[in-house]
Amino acid sequence: MPDVNRGNRPLSPHLTIYRPQITSISSILTRITGNALLLSALLVVWWLLAAATSPSAFALADGILTSIFGKLVLVLSLWGLCYHLLAGLRHLYWDTGGSMEIVWAEKLGWACVIGSVVLTAICVAIIWGIA
Amino acid sequence: MAYLTDRKRAEGLGSAKEGTHHHWLMMVSSASLAVLTPFFLFTFAPMLGKPHADVVAYFGQPFPAIITALMIAATFMHFKNGVQALIEDYVHGVARKIAIIGTICLSYVAAATGLFAIARMAL
Repeated sequence: MPDVNRGNRPLSPHLTIYRPQITSISSILTRITGNALLLSALLVVWWLLAAATSPSAFALADGILTSIFGKLVLVLSLWGLCYHLLAGLRHLYWDTGGSMEIVWAEKLGWACVIGSVVLTAICVAIIWGIA
Repeated sequence: MAYLTDRKRAEGLGSAKEGTHHHWLMMVSSASLAVLTPFFLFTFAPMLGKPHADVVAYFGQPFPAIITALMIAATFMHFKNGVQALIEDYVHGVARKIAIIGTICLSYVAAATGLFAIARMAL
């Protein structure tokens, strides 16, 4: 393609120059939570493998996950999971073509942020009740 | 130069027709995870901090074993495809290929490890 000029073209301004908005924040949070949940998923796999291995291996993994720091990581993971779930449902809804207007995108963004905190609190309460 | 048509200039660019399939895989895995997540959460979380023998006996039952196995498989396949999109956005060249291969390998290793653990307790 010798006729395509690849140099000296103006670049579109990128993320850093824009004022943060609920649409952009709720989008990037989806990506951050989704990728950060790797840590949580690996902790769960480690805990399961430890349980399948021996009582001493389980004692170590379970001890770390139920320590104060472990619980903090797990509750943050739960929030990340709740947020990513709601944001994922938003994407599935958008894929049907619904609520693409900016005003609705902003409302759904706030719904994901606020809803994830509420959902986390409900889940913690339920798990506390069962366990 | 002026004789090249617009179509000729556009051919070979773009996502090699794989974007639609990738998006479909994300839709399927996210829809299944939306259903699996609450089931997994309320089977897995209450077992944290329980005695080892109780945990092994619990995951030896069909329902917790199947839910946890499905959650592990669906999670890591969703993760594999999702992280690939992240890498494609921010990493370029050889590093991109290495990062994607590494992510795919990590996803399968983690999924296989989790499924092995469940199988060992369930069987």
